[in-house]
Amino acid sequence: MDESQLRLDGNAAAGILREVFAMDVSGAQEACASCGTIGWMGAQHLYMYPLAPGAVVRCSTCGDVLMVLVRGGGRYRLALPGLRWLEMREPVQAPPET
Amino acid sequence: MARAAVQRRLTWRRGRVTRRVDETPRVRTLVLALEEDWPGHLAGQHVDVRLTAEDGYQAQRSYSIASAPEDVGQLAITVERIGDGEVSPYLVDELTEGDQLEFRGPIGGYFVWDETPGGPLLLVAGGSGICPLMAMIRHRAARGSRVPTRLLYSSRSLEDVIYREEVDLLAARSDGLEVFHTLTRDRPAGWTGYARRIDLEMLTEVGWRPDEGPLGFVCGPTPLVEAVAEALVQLGWSPDRVKTERFGPTGG
Repeated sequence: MDESQLRLDGNAAAGILREVFAMDVSGAQEACASCGTIGWMGAQHLYMYPLAPGAVVRCSTCGDVLMVLVRGGGRYRLALPGLRWLEMREPVQAPPET
Repeated sequence: MARAAVQRRLTWRRGRVTRRVDETPRVRTLVLALEEDWPGHLAGQHVDVRLTAEDGYQAQRSYSIASAPEDVGQLAITVERIGDGEVSPYLVDELTEGDQLEFRGPIGGYFVWDETPGGPLLLVAGGSGICPLMAMIRHRAARGSRVPTRLLYSSRSLEDVIYREEVDLLAARSDGLEVFHTLTRDRPAGWTGYARRIDLEMLTEVGWRPDEGPLGFVCGPTPLVEAVAEALVQLGWSPDRVKTERFGPTGG
């Protein structure tokens, strides 16, 4: 199978990322340290399979690894080799019920 | 309206199945009752579903929320049975009304539409890729929105079209929603719609012109999503106006 057939969008890693981050990361903006492209984490290429121990996010422009998140043995290891910065949005507060 | 509050810690919760709807021979919708602490969702978000076997083995999958945020107190997911999958056959064939299902959500802040970003909408779906787009269509209808919206929906045959009646009914309201079907494998006699895979020509006919400032959401199998996204960029769309959600080889 061609590797591109296994590709997902960063959006699909939103669940496992919320196990580590307090805010949603899939809707965050990022800058690739390698090519400098600014984009949305949810729009980057994701490699993550049902039985895989984690997720690999690659820049959708240059293909370099932005982030690796591995879970196992009671630990999470987060590697951020290719992110120059990550900008998360403050969540919208739910208005009081009327 | 309850806006999705995504700041809460994501915890596994249990929901009772209140209703099952047969959509197609392979696809079933499950409606889950929500507790009051459900923070609400945005159209396009998903939930993670987790099954636990008696020996403790766990399997987890993501499913788009198909119901509108306005549909409070409940949540619908639509599941396609993948033949040798370890989750979808159970959800489609065995889970019944009254059963509990473990899930967490709402998840995702990228592939969402909440009516505010302007511009006409182009929704492109392949098969069960319609699910998150259906949440957007239902949200649009519930809000009485008149944002010009076109749905291009690829299915294998007419019997495989999920939500067919509802989509046709909504399109018949003439409030700016137009629906275009393409059937890639089998067509009923007298079919006048598209009869091939989505291509550049089809997107030229159905899609908006880039200078109309459109926003596109594309969801379905990875090859379809990549082909559509590529074609739209070729037609002059800015890549950041084309949001994609690939299914990939989910393992069902």
